[in-house]
Amino acid sequence: MTYNISKKAKEVDRHPMTFLERIYLPAIAKGLKITLGHMFIKRPTINYPEVKRPFSSTFRGLHVLNRDEEGRERCTACGLCALSCPAEAITMEAAERLPSESHLYREEKYAANYEINMLRCIFCGLCEEACPKDAIYLSQTFAPANYERKGFIYKKDDLLIPMTAEMESKKEKSTQH
Amino acid sequence: MILLAISLSLILEKVILIAVILGASLGIAMYSTWAERKVAAIMQDRRGPMRAGPFGLFQPLADGLKLFMKEEIIPAVSSKFLFVLGPSIAMLMACMTSAVIPWGPDIPKADGSVISLQVADINIGVLFIFGVVSLGVYGVMIGAWASNNKFSLMSGLRAASQAISYELAMGISLIALVMMTGSLSMREIVDQQHGFWANGYFTWNFFKQPLAFLIFIVCAFAELNRAPFDLAECESELIGGYHTEYSSMKLGFYLFSEYINMFISSVILSSLFFGGYNYPGMDIVAAHVSPLMVSLIGVMVLLGKAICFIIFFMFIRWTIPRFRYDQLMNLGWKSLIPLALFNMLATGGVILYFFNDK
Repeated sequence: MTYNISKKAKEVDRHPMTFLERIYLPAIAKGLKITLGHMFIKRPTINYPEVKRPFSSTFRGLHVLNRDEEGRERCTACGLCALSCPAEAITMEAAERLPSESHLYREEKYAANYEINMLRCIFCGLCEEACPKDAIYLSQTFAPANYERKGFIYKKDDLLIPMTAEMESKKEKSTQH
Repeated sequence: MILLAISLSLILEKVILIAVILGASLGIAMYSTWAERKVAAIMQDRRGPMRAGPFGLFQPLADGLKLFMKEEIIPAVSSKFLFVLGPSIAMLMACMTSAVIPWGPDIPKADGSVISLQVADINIGVLFIFGVVSLGVYGVMIGAWASNNKFSLMSGLRAASQAISYELAMGISLIALVMMTGSLSMREIVDQQHGFWANGYFTWNFFKQPLAFLIFIVCAFAELNRAPFDLAECESELIGGYHTEYSSMKLGFYLFSEYINMFISSVILSSLFFGGYNYPGMDIVAAHVSPLMVSLIGVMVLLGKAICFIIFFMFIRWTIPRFRYDQLMNLGWKSLIPLALFNMLATGGVILYFFNDK
Protein backbone atom coordinates (compact mmCIF):
# COMPACT_ATOMS: atom_id res chain seq x y z
CA MET A 1 0.00 0.00 0.00
CA THR A 2 1.38 3.41 -0.86
CA TYR A 3 1.23 6.23 1.61
CA ASN A 4 -1.29 8.76 0.43
CA ILE A 5 -0.10 12.18 1.47
CA SER A 6 -3.10 13.96 0.05
CA LYS A 7 -5.34 12.47 2.70
CA LYS A 8 -3.17 13.97 5.44
CA ALA A 9 -2.98 17.42 3.90
CA LYS A 10 -5.52 19.95 5.05
CA GLU A 11 -7.33 21.59 2.20
CA VAL A 12 -6.82 25.33 1.99
CA ASP A 13 -10.03 27.29 2.21
CA ARG A 14 -10.18 29.51 -0.87
CA HIS A 15 -13.82 30.52 -0.89
CA PRO A 16 -14.47 34.12 -1.91
CA MET A 17 -14.87 36.40 1.08
CA THR A 18 -18.38 36.93 2.32
CA PHE A 19 -19.74 40.42 2.87
CA LEU A 20 -19.09 40.30 6.61
CA GLU A 21 -15.51 39.23 6.01
CA ARG A 22 -15.02 41.95 3.46
CA ILE A 23 -16.13 44.81 5.67
CA TYR A 24 -13.53 43.59 8.18
CA LEU A 25 -15.22 45.15 11.20
CA PRO A 26 -16.38 41.84 12.80
CA ALA A 27 -12.81 40.57 12.47
CA ILE A 28 -11.55 43.68 14.25
CA ALA A 29 -14.08 43.16 17.02
CA LYS A 30 -12.92 39.56 17.34
CA GLY A 31 -9.32 40.67 17.58
CA LEU A 32 -10.18 43.30 20.19
CA LYS A 33 -11.98 40.62 22.20
CA ILE A 34 -8.84 38.49 22.24
CA THR A 35 -6.57 41.33 23.33
CA LEU A 36 -9.10 42.47 25.89
CA GLY A 37 -9.17 38.94 27.29
CA HIS A 38 -5.41 39.11 27.80
CA MET A 39 -5.85 42.02 30.19
CA PHE A 40 -7.21 39.65 32.79
CA ILE A 41 -4.78 36.79 32.35
CA LYS A 42 -2.42 36.33 35.26
CA ARG A 43 1.02 37.30 34.08
CA PRO A 44 3.76 34.72 34.60
CA THR A 45 6.55 37.29 35.04
CA ILE A 46 7.90 37.79 38.55
CA ASN A 47 9.85 40.88 39.58
CA TYR A 48 13.07 38.97 39.98
CA PRO A 49 15.36 40.71 42.43
CA GLU A 50 12.45 41.63 44.72
CA VAL A 51 10.54 38.39 44.36
CA LYS A 52 12.33 35.10 43.98
CA ARG A 53 10.92 31.85 42.75
CA PRO A 54 11.69 29.07 45.26
CA PHE A 55 14.00 26.27 44.17
CA SER A 56 12.83 22.68 44.33
CA SER A 57 13.92 20.75 47.42
CA THR A 58 16.33 18.69 45.31
CA PHE A 59 18.01 21.70 43.70
CA ARG A 60 21.78 21.23 43.35
CA GLY A 61 23.66 24.48 43.68
CA LEU A 62 27.04 25.66 44.98
CA HIS A 63 29.17 23.16 46.90
CA VAL A 64 29.72 23.40 50.61
CA LEU A 65 32.50 21.74 52.59
CA ASN A 66 31.02 20.50 55.81
CA ARG A 67 32.32 20.54 59.37
CA ASP A 68 31.54 18.09 62.11
CA GLU A 69 29.68 19.04 65.29
CA GLU A 70 32.91 20.30 66.89
CA GLY A 71 33.67 22.54 63.94
CA ARG A 72 36.43 20.35 62.48
CA GLU A 73 36.71 19.90 58.71
CA ARG A 74 35.34 16.54 57.70
CA CYS A 75 37.27 16.22 54.43
CA THR A 76 40.09 13.73 54.46
CA ALA A 77 41.32 14.43 50.94
CA CYS A 78 40.68 10.91 49.73
CA GLY A 79 40.05 12.22 46.22
CA LEU A 80 36.91 10.21 45.57
CA CYS A 81 34.97 13.33 44.69
CA ALA A 82 37.59 14.37 42.16
CA LEU A 83 37.58 10.83 40.77
CA SER A 84 33.81 10.72 40.46
CA CYS A 85 33.54 14.17 38.92
CA PRO A 86 32.57 13.77 35.24
CA ALA A 87 33.58 17.33 34.44
CA GLU A 88 36.93 17.10 36.24
CA ALA A 89 36.21 20.28 38.11
CA ILE A 90 37.69 19.30 41.49
CA THR A 91 41.38 19.34 42.42
CA MET A 92 42.89 18.94 45.85
CA GLU A 93 46.18 18.58 47.68
CA ALA A 94 46.42 16.37 50.74
CA ALA A 95 48.48 17.04 53.84
CA GLU A 96 49.12 15.16 57.09
CA ARG A 97 47.60 16.54 60.28
CA LEU A 98 50.05 17.69 62.93
CA PRO A 99 49.25 16.74 66.55
CA SER A 100 48.56 20.35 67.39
CA GLU A 101 45.92 20.58 64.62
CA SER A 102 43.56 17.91 65.90
CA HIS A 103 40.99 20.55 66.77
CA LEU A 104 40.97 21.75 63.13
CA TYR A 105 40.71 18.53 61.16
CA ARG A 106 38.72 15.43 62.01
CA GLU A 107 40.88 12.88 60.19
CA GLU A 108 44.66 12.39 60.22
CA LYS A 109 44.83 13.45 56.60
CA TYR A 110 43.22 16.63 55.39
CA ALA A 111 42.87 18.78 52.27
CA ALA A 112 45.47 21.53 52.32
CA ASN A 113 44.09 22.93 49.08
CA TYR A 114 40.68 22.24 47.65
CA GLU A 115 39.45 23.90 44.48
CA ILE A 116 36.29 23.58 42.43
CA ASN A 117 36.11 25.23 39.05
CA MET A 118 32.51 26.39 38.84
CA LEU A 119 32.80 26.98 35.09
CA ARG A 120 33.52 23.31 34.57
CA CYS A 121 31.14 21.96 37.18
CA ILE A 122 27.87 20.60 35.83
CA PHE A 123 26.22 20.41 39.26
CA CYS A 124 25.43 16.72 38.87
CA GLY A 125 25.97 15.97 42.55
CA LEU A 126 28.15 12.89 42.01
CA CYS A 127 30.78 14.30 44.40
CA GLU A 128 28.17 14.43 47.09
CA GLU A 129 27.25 10.80 46.36
CA ALA A 130 30.86 9.65 46.33
CA CYS A 131 32.05 11.28 49.56
CA PRO A 132 32.53 8.67 52.32
CA LYS A 133 32.91 11.31 55.03
CA ASP A 134 29.79 13.40 54.31
CA ALA A 135 32.16 16.28 53.73
CA ILE A 136 30.79 17.81 50.51
CA TYR A 137 27.25 18.91 49.90
CA LEU A 138 25.47 20.83 47.18
CA SER A 139 23.62 23.81 48.62
CA GLN A 140 20.54 25.74 47.44
CA THR A 141 22.38 28.77 46.10
CA PHE A 142 24.01 29.16 42.70
CA ALA A 143 27.29 30.69 41.65
CA PRO A 144 26.97 34.48 41.33
CA ALA A 145 28.23 36.28 38.25
CA ASN A 146 31.85 37.37 38.10
CA TYR A 147 33.98 39.61 35.92
CA GLU A 148 36.88 37.18 35.56
CA ARG A 149 37.34 33.50 34.93
CA LYS A 150 39.54 33.07 37.95
CA GLY A 151 36.69 34.36 40.10
CA PHE A 152 34.86 31.15 39.35
CA ILE A 153 37.56 28.93 40.78
CA TYR A 154 36.38 28.48 44.34
CA LYS A 155 39.07 27.89 46.96
CA LYS A 156 38.67 26.00 50.19
CA ASP A 157 37.93 29.23 52.09
CA ASP A 158 35.04 29.97 49.74
CA LEU A 159 33.60 26.51 50.12
CA LEU A 160 33.91 25.81 53.85
CA ILE A 161 30.77 26.58 55.77
CA PRO A 162 31.31 29.09 58.58
CA MET A 163 31.40 27.89 62.17
CA THR A 164 28.13 28.16 64.01
CA ALA A 165 27.84 29.22 67.65
CA GLU A 166 26.87 25.67 68.56
CA MET A 167 30.07 24.34 67.02
CA GLU A 168 32.11 26.95 68.88
CA SER A 169 30.69 25.96 72.24
CA LYS A 170 31.22 22.23 71.59
CA LYS A 171 34.75 22.92 70.42
CA GLU A 172 35.53 24.78 73.64
CA LYS A 173 34.17 21.86 75.70
CA SER A 174 36.30 19.32 73.80
CA THR A 175 39.50 21.36 74.20
CA GLN A 176 38.87 21.77 77.93
CA HIS A 177 38.80 17.99 78.36
CA MET B 1 -14.23 105.77 18.63
CA ILE B 2 -12.16 102.84 19.71
CA LEU B 3 -11.67 100.39 16.92
CA LEU B 4 -9.43 97.98 18.68
CA ALA B 5 -9.83 97.79 22.43
CA ILE B 6 -7.27 95.53 24.01
CA SER B 7 -8.04 94.43 27.49
CA LEU B 8 -4.96 93.46 29.45
CA SER B 9 -6.88 90.98 31.57
CA LEU B 10 -8.13 89.25 28.42
CA ILE B 11 -4.58 88.86 27.12
CA LEU B 12 -3.45 87.57 30.49
CA GLU B 13 -6.32 85.10 30.54
CA LYS B 14 -5.45 83.83 27.07
CA VAL B 15 -1.74 83.58 27.80
CA ILE B 16 -2.42 81.56 30.92
CA LEU B 17 -4.90 79.39 29.03
CA ILE B 18 -2.42 78.76 26.21
CA ALA B 19 0.32 77.89 28.70
CA VAL B 20 -1.94 75.50 30.57
CA ILE B 21 -3.23 73.84 27.40
CA LEU B 22 0.24 73.39 25.90
CA GLY B 23 1.59 72.13 29.20
CA ALA B 24 -1.29 69.73 29.62
CA SER B 25 -1.09 68.38 26.08
CA LEU B 26 2.67 67.90 26.38
CA GLY B 27 2.21 66.17 29.72
CA ILE B 28 -0.53 63.92 28.43
CA ALA B 29 1.52 63.13 25.32
CA MET B 30 4.45 62.27 27.59
CA TYR B 31 2.39 59.88 29.63
CA SER B 32 0.81 58.46 26.49
CA THR B 33 4.21 56.97 25.69
CA TRP B 34 4.19 55.34 29.09
CA ALA B 35 0.59 54.21 28.68
CA GLU B 36 1.33 52.82 25.25
CA ARG B 37 4.02 50.57 26.68
CA LYS B 38 1.83 49.54 29.55
CA VAL B 39 -1.13 48.76 27.29
CA ALA B 40 1.10 46.79 24.93
CA ALA B 41 2.60 44.91 27.85
CA ILE B 42 -0.75 44.08 29.37
CA MET B 43 -2.04 42.72 26.09
CA GLN B 44 1.04 40.60 25.60
CA ASP B 45 1.03 39.27 29.17
CA ARG B 46 4.08 41.29 30.11
CA ARG B 47 4.57 43.89 32.80
CA GLY B 48 5.89 46.87 30.86
CA PRO B 49 8.06 49.57 32.41
CA MET B 50 8.53 48.74 36.09
CA ARG B 51 11.96 50.02 37.10
CA ALA B 52 11.86 53.82 36.78
CA GLY B 53 9.81 54.89 39.77
CA PRO B 54 6.63 53.23 41.02
CA PHE B 55 4.99 51.33 38.13
CA GLY B 56 7.64 52.83 35.85
CA LEU B 57 6.00 56.25 36.11
CA PHE B 58 9.28 58.10 35.57
CA GLN B 59 9.96 56.21 32.35
CA PRO B 60 8.97 59.17 30.09
CA LEU B 61 11.42 61.40 31.98
CA ALA B 62 14.17 58.83 31.55
CA ASP B 63 13.35 58.56 27.84
CA GLY B 64 13.41 62.32 27.42
CA LEU B 65 16.75 62.55 29.20
CA LYS B 66 18.14 59.79 27.02
CA LEU B 67 17.01 61.52 23.83
CA PHE B 68 18.62 64.78 24.98
CA MET B 69 21.93 63.05 25.73
CA LYS B 70 22.13 61.29 22.36
CA GLU B 71 24.46 62.52 19.66
CA GLU B 72 22.84 64.90 17.23
CA ILE B 73 23.55 63.59 13.75
CA ILE B 74 22.78 65.55 10.60
CA PRO B 75 23.76 63.45 7.57
CA ALA B 76 26.39 65.12 5.37
CA VAL B 77 24.34 64.52 2.22
CA SER B 78 21.14 65.91 3.68
CA SER B 79 19.60 69.27 3.01
CA LYS B 80 20.48 70.78 6.36
CA PHE B 81 17.88 73.52 6.65
CA LEU B 82 14.98 71.31 5.63
CA PHE B 83 16.33 68.50 7.82
CA VAL B 84 15.87 70.71 10.86
CA LEU B 85 12.65 72.23 9.55
CA GLY B 86 10.90 68.85 9.25
CA PRO B 87 10.56 67.94 12.94
CA SER B 88 9.95 71.59 13.82
CA ILE B 89 6.92 71.74 11.52
CA ALA B 90 5.64 68.42 12.86
CA MET B 91 5.85 69.65 16.44
CA LEU B 92 4.47 73.13 15.71
CA MET B 93 1.47 71.83 13.81
CA ALA B 94 0.75 69.26 16.48
CA CYS B 95 0.59 72.00 19.11
CA MET B 96 -1.38 74.49 17.01
CA THR B 97 -4.57 72.48 16.63
CA SER B 98 -5.44 72.83 20.28
CA ALA B 99 -6.18 76.55 19.80
CA VAL B 100 -9.75 76.17 18.56
CA ILE B 101 -10.86 73.39 20.87
CA PRO B 102 -13.36 74.42 23.54
CA TRP B 103 -11.95 72.82 26.67
CA GLY B 104 -14.93 73.52 28.90
CA PRO B 105 -18.05 75.63 29.46
CA ASP B 106 -17.46 79.34 30.14
CA ILE B 107 -16.59 80.21 33.71
CA PRO B 108 -18.70 83.20 34.87
CA LYS B 109 -16.80 85.94 36.70
CA ALA B 110 -18.19 88.12 39.51
CA ASP B 111 -18.74 91.14 37.24
CA GLY B 112 -20.93 89.23 34.83
CA SER B 113 -18.37 88.59 32.12
CA VAL B 114 -17.08 85.10 31.42
CA ILE B 115 -13.73 83.40 31.13
CA SER B 116 -13.77 81.37 27.95
CA LEU B 117 -11.95 78.04 28.09
CA GLN B 118 -11.10 78.28 24.42
CA VAL B 119 -8.09 80.09 23.01
CA ALA B 120 -9.88 81.34 19.89
CA ASP B 121 -13.52 80.83 19.01
CA ILE B 122 -13.16 81.27 15.27
CA ASN B 123 -16.23 80.56 13.19
CA ILE B 124 -14.36 78.17 10.88
CA GLY B 125 -12.83 76.07 13.66
CA VAL B 126 -13.35 72.77 11.86
CA LEU B 127 -11.69 74.11 8.71
CA PHE B 128 -8.80 75.45 10.79
CA ILE B 129 -8.24 72.00 12.30
CA PHE B 130 -8.32 70.42 8.86
CA GLY B 131 -5.87 72.96 7.50
CA VAL B 132 -3.39 72.53 10.34
CA VAL B 133 -3.64 68.75 10.31
CA SER B 134 -2.89 68.72 6.57
CA LEU B 135 0.12 70.97 7.14
CA GLY B 136 1.37 68.43 9.70
CA VAL B 137 2.06 66.02 6.86
CA TYR B 138 4.60 68.51 5.50
CA GLY B 139 6.73 67.84 8.56
CA VAL B 140 6.95 64.19 7.60
CA MET B 141 7.39 64.89 3.90
CA ILE B 142 10.07 67.55 4.30
CA GLY B 143 11.98 65.50 6.87
CA ALA B 144 11.80 62.43 4.66
CA TRP B 145 12.98 64.28 1.57
CA ALA B 146 15.74 66.18 3.36
CA SER B 147 17.23 62.96 4.76
CA ASN B 148 18.41 61.99 1.26
CA ASN B 149 17.70 58.36 2.00
CA LYS B 150 15.67 56.21 -0.37
CA PHE B 151 13.73 54.55 2.42
CA SER B 152 12.88 57.88 4.00
CA LEU B 153 11.80 59.25 0.64
CA MET B 154 9.57 56.23 0.07
CA SER B 155 8.03 56.79 3.47
CA GLY B 156 7.46 60.47 2.75
CA LEU B 157 5.67 59.56 -0.49
CA ARG B 158 3.53 57.07 1.36
CA ALA B 159 2.67 59.54 4.10
CA ALA B 160 1.68 62.16 1.53
CA SER B 161 -0.50 59.85 -0.55
CA GLN B 162 -2.08 58.39 2.58
CA ALA B 163 -2.86 61.82 3.96
CA ILE B 164 -4.42 62.95 0.70
CA SER B 165 -6.52 59.80 0.32
CA TYR B 166 -7.90 59.81 3.81
CA GLU B 167 -8.38 63.53 4.22
CA LEU B 168 -10.94 63.39 1.42
CA ALA B 169 -13.08 60.81 3.15
CA MET B 170 -12.60 62.57 6.46
CA GLY B 171 -13.72 65.88 5.04
CA ILE B 172 -16.77 64.40 3.31
CA SER B 173 -17.81 62.56 6.45
CA LEU B 174 -17.62 65.82 8.34
CA ILE B 175 -19.72 67.63 5.72
CA ALA B 176 -22.64 65.44 6.78
CA LEU B 177 -22.06 66.52 10.36
CA VAL B 178 -21.72 70.18 9.45
CA MET B 179 -24.94 70.07 7.41
CA MET B 180 -26.69 68.95 10.57
CA THR B 181 -25.11 71.43 12.95
CA GLY B 182 -25.18 74.29 10.47
CA SER B 183 -21.97 75.69 11.90
CA LEU B 184 -18.22 75.27 11.51
CA SER B 185 -17.44 76.73 14.91
CA MET B 186 -16.20 74.14 17.38
CA ARG B 187 -17.85 75.96 20.28
CA GLU B 188 -21.24 75.91 18.58
CA ILE B 189 -20.96 72.26 17.53
CA VAL B 190 -20.20 71.27 21.11
CA ASP B 191 -22.91 73.50 22.57
CA GLN B 192 -25.51 71.92 20.32
CA GLN B 193 -24.79 68.59 22.02
CA HIS B 194 -25.70 70.06 25.40
CA GLY B 195 -26.44 67.50 28.10
CA PHE B 196 -27.06 63.98 26.98
CA TRP B 197 -30.79 63.60 26.38
CA ALA B 198 -33.18 66.21 25.01
CA ASN B 199 -36.58 66.10 23.28
CA GLY B 200 -36.71 62.32 23.41
CA TYR B 201 -33.39 61.79 21.69
CA PHE B 202 -29.68 61.66 22.46
CA THR B 203 -28.02 64.99 21.85
CA TRP B 204 -24.55 63.69 21.06
CA ASN B 205 -23.67 63.65 17.37
CA PHE B 206 -22.48 60.06 17.55
CA PHE B 207 -26.09 58.89 17.82
CA LYS B 208 -27.16 61.03 14.87
CA GLN B 209 -24.19 60.28 12.63
CA PRO B 210 -22.74 56.85 13.53
CA LEU B 211 -21.55 56.22 9.98
CA ALA B 212 -19.77 59.57 9.83
CA PHE B 213 -18.12 58.71 13.14
CA LEU B 214 -16.94 55.36 11.84
CA ILE B 215 -15.45 56.92 8.71
CA PHE B 216 -13.96 59.75 10.73
CA ILE B 217 -12.23 57.49 13.25
CA VAL B 218 -10.78 55.22 10.54
CA CYS B 219 -9.46 58.31 8.77
CA ALA B 220 -8.12 59.62 12.08
CA PHE B 221 -6.05 56.46 12.43
CA ALA B 222 -4.69 57.03 8.94
CA GLU B 223 -4.00 60.72 9.56
CA LEU B 224 -2.15 59.91 12.74
CA ASN B 225 0.07 57.42 10.91
CA ARG B 226 -0.74 54.87 13.58
CA ALA B 227 -1.14 51.14 13.22
CA PRO B 228 -2.89 49.60 11.34
CA PHE B 229 -2.10 52.47 8.94
CA ASP B 230 1.51 53.18 9.96
CA LEU B 231 2.74 52.57 6.42
CA ALA B 232 4.97 55.63 6.71
CA GLU B 233 7.20 54.20 9.40
CA CYS B 234 6.71 50.55 8.63
CA GLU B 235 9.83 49.05 10.25
CA SER B 236 9.69 45.80 8.31
CA GLU B 237 9.83 47.48 4.91
CA LEU B 238 11.29 50.95 5.37
CA ILE B 239 13.66 50.59 8.37
CA GLY B 240 12.18 53.49 10.35
CA GLY B 241 10.51 55.38 7.53
CA TYR B 242 10.83 59.14 7.57
CA HIS B 243 12.77 59.24 10.83
CA THR B 244 15.44 56.71 9.80
CA GLU B 245 18.16 59.38 9.63
CA TYR B 246 17.02 61.30 12.68
CA SER B 247 18.58 61.06 16.09
CA SER B 248 18.51 62.76 19.46
CA MET B 249 15.76 65.30 20.15
CA LYS B 250 14.83 65.72 16.48
CA LEU B 251 13.71 62.10 16.52
CA GLY B 252 12.08 62.86 19.85
CA PHE B 253 10.14 65.71 18.26
CA TYR B 254 8.76 63.40 15.57
CA LEU B 255 7.74 60.71 18.02
CA PHE B 256 6.39 63.24 20.47
CA SER B 257 4.37 65.14 17.87
CA GLU B 258 2.72 61.85 16.99
CA TYR B 259 1.53 61.47 20.56
CA ILE B 260 0.38 65.07 20.80
CA ASN B 261 -1.54 64.53 17.57
CA MET B 262 -3.12 61.46 19.06
CA PHE B 263 -4.26 63.42 22.12
CA ILE B 264 -5.58 66.31 20.05
CA SER B 265 -7.45 64.08 17.65
CA SER B 266 -8.95 62.22 20.61
CA VAL B 267 -10.19 65.56 21.91
CA ILE B 268 -11.53 66.47 18.46
CA LEU B 269 -13.29 63.12 18.17
CA SER B 270 -14.94 63.55 21.53
CA SER B 271 -15.84 67.18 20.77
CA LEU B 272 -17.36 66.50 17.39
CA PHE B 273 -19.13 63.23 18.12
CA PHE B 274 -19.25 62.59 21.84
CA GLY B 275 -20.45 65.90 23.17
CA GLY B 276 -17.10 67.40 24.15
CA TYR B 277 -17.40 68.75 27.68
CA ASN B 278 -21.11 67.90 27.89
CA TYR B 279 -22.20 65.20 30.27
CA PRO B 280 -25.51 63.79 31.47
CA GLY B 281 -26.99 65.85 34.29
CA MET B 282 -24.97 69.02 33.75
CA ASP B 283 -28.11 71.16 34.13
CA ILE B 284 -28.73 69.65 37.56
CA VAL B 285 -25.18 70.52 38.58
CA ALA B 286 -25.65 74.06 37.24
CA ALA B 287 -28.89 74.52 39.16
CA HIS B 288 -27.86 72.98 42.45
CA VAL B 289 -24.10 73.34 42.82
CA SER B 290 -22.38 76.19 40.97
CA PRO B 291 -21.52 77.19 37.40
CA LEU B 292 -17.83 76.92 38.28
CA MET B 293 -18.36 73.29 39.18
CA VAL B 294 -20.08 72.72 35.81
CA SER B 295 -16.98 74.00 34.06
CA LEU B 296 -14.54 72.00 36.17
CA ILE B 297 -16.47 68.76 35.73
CA GLY B 298 -16.82 69.61 32.03
CA VAL B 299 -13.05 69.87 31.58
CA MET B 300 -12.56 66.60 33.44
CA VAL B 301 -15.24 64.90 31.34
CA LEU B 302 -13.60 66.08 28.11
CA LEU B 303 -10.21 64.83 29.27
CA GLY B 304 -11.78 61.55 30.37
CA LYS B 305 -13.37 61.04 26.97
CA ALA B 306 -10.07 61.90 25.27
CA ILE B 307 -8.19 59.41 27.45
CA CYS B 308 -10.74 56.72 26.57
CA PHE B 309 -10.07 57.43 22.89
CA ILE B 310 -6.31 57.34 23.43
CA ILE B 311 -6.60 53.94 25.07
CA PHE B 312 -8.81 52.81 22.19
CA PHE B 313 -6.16 53.98 19.71
CA MET B 314 -3.56 51.96 21.59
CA PHE B 315 -5.86 48.96 21.78
CA ILE B 316 -6.28 48.96 18.03
CA ARG B 317 -2.56 49.42 17.46
CA TRP B 318 -1.64 46.32 19.42
CA THR B 319 -4.47 44.24 17.98
CA ILE B 320 -4.57 44.73 14.24
CA PRO B 321 -1.66 44.03 11.87
CA ARG B 322 -0.52 46.68 9.42
CA PHE B 323 -2.42 47.03 6.14
CA ARG B 324 -0.67 46.36 2.86
CA TYR B 325 -0.19 49.44 0.71
CA ASP B 326 -2.75 48.44 -1.91
CA GLN B 327 -5.24 47.47 0.80
CA LEU B 328 -4.78 50.91 2.32
CA MET B 329 -5.51 52.63 -0.97
CA ASN B 330 -8.45 50.33 -1.72
CA LEU B 331 -9.98 51.04 1.67
CA GLY B 332 -9.54 54.77 1.29
CA TRP B 333 -10.65 55.30 -2.30
CA LYS B 334 -13.01 52.42 -2.97
CA SER B 335 -14.74 52.07 0.39
CA LEU B 336 -14.50 55.09 2.62
CA ILE B 337 -15.02 57.83 0.04
CA PRO B 338 -18.14 56.24 -1.56
CA LEU B 339 -19.45 55.51 1.93
CA ALA B 340 -18.84 59.09 3.02
CA LEU B 341 -20.49 60.40 -0.15
CA PHE B 342 -23.48 58.17 0.48
CA ASN B 343 -23.69 59.38 4.05
CA MET B 344 -23.53 62.97 2.90
CA LEU B 345 -26.30 62.51 0.34
CA ALA B 346 -28.49 60.59 2.78
CA THR B 347 -28.05 63.26 5.46
CA GLY B 348 -28.82 65.96 2.93
CA GLY B 349 -31.94 64.11 1.80
CA VAL B 350 -33.20 63.60 5.35
CA ILE B 351 -32.63 67.25 6.22
CA LEU B 352 -34.34 68.39 3.03
CA TYR B 353 -37.47 66.25 3.42
CA PHE B 354 -37.98 66.04 7.18
CA PHE B 355 -36.41 69.14 8.71
CA ASN B 356 -37.12 71.72 6.01
CA ASP B 357 -38.94 74.51 7.84
CA LYS B 358 -39.26 76.86 4.87
